[in-house]
Amino acid sequence: MTEFFWPVIIASLIAFALKFAGFLVPRAILEHDLFKKIIPILPIGMLSGLIAVQVLAEKQTIVFDGRLIGVAVGIVALVMRAPFIVVVVLAAFVTAIGRAKGLWI
Amino acid sequence: MFFADESITTRRKIIRDAVGIGLGTATYGLSFGALGIATGLSLIETQLLSLIMFTGASQFALVGTLAAGGGAISAVSAASLLGVRNLAYAVRNNTLLKPHGLQRILGAQFTIDESTAMALGHEKGVDGEAGAKFAFWATGTSVFVFWNIATFLGAIAISLVGNPNTLGLDAAIAAGFIALLWPQINSKFTLLVAVISAVVAIVAIPLVQPGIPILLAGFVAAILAWVKAMKNND
Repeated sequence: MTEFFWPVIIASLIAFALKFAGFLVPRAILEHDLFKKIIPILPIGMLSGLIAVQVLAEKQTIVFDGRLIGVAVGIVALVMRAPFIVVVVLAAFVTAIGRAKGLWI
Repeated sequence: MFFADESITTRRKIIRDAVGIGLGTATYGLSFGALGIATGLSLIETQLLSLIMFTGASQFALVGTLAAGGGAISAVSAASLLGVRNLAYAVRNNTLLKPHGLQRILGAQFTIDESTAMALGHEKGVDGEAGAKFAFWATGTSVFVFWNIATFLGAIAISLVGNPNTLGLDAAIAAGFIALLWPQINSKFTLLVAVISAVVAIVAIPLVQPGIPILLAGFVAAILAWVKAMKNND
């Protein structure tokens, strides 16, 4: 058990509760027009924010390092319609090689 | 007998697709297992997330925020907000599956992007609703099994490797999220949401605690969706 035990348990139970709630809530409430329009957009915004943070943040500082290069190569692979695994492996590979050669951190 | 043959062929195809999807998510599960350990979670904690939380984006958000030093509250909020879409999926899946007892718990647990998408895709198929139900259970089971095995293997593997960033895992995870987001950017509006949300998060990085930029990005996206919904009503 580490310091992360309770966040892990609480977040897991919330995730399950959200799924289970959908099986309990009357359809009419969740089929409300506004709800239906906002729910699909919410994950797009949060994922975009998460990606930005993952690529540029080092705690509360913005840094430009090997992540940016790896992700750029991953995006090129996506544009060329490469499968998921290729995108991920390529991003890791390019970043790792550059770090090993001291081209970037 | 024609229908029976037809439906056997359809179900074989569904199983093949479900296994394919399961294997695809497994590549992602490997990196999740690795990230969990790299962040400082124990093997059991990492595995519990794949068993109980079982929704990839939320798992990555929780662990990613903890890794960035964002603190427990930001991490739990980010993971939970990303899990809200499962609530909407569950409503649809409930009307499809009409489950009882234990089926209801399993149905809820297996409600994720992949199983929901497969069920929706088969509703208009040869088998109609029965095919859609079959697609849901096949995909849910497949992804659950492969995702958990992959988490375990990834966690074990990274314990042997040491610092995952020398392997470029930090870039790989970000690239993985971009790949997940990619098919959802299918209109000018969704592109606008993605760009504005990302910019808001970047501007917020030095200004607020880690983890909060992601919540702000989600908040801005919700406002944009709300504004668009209001405009369309005029």
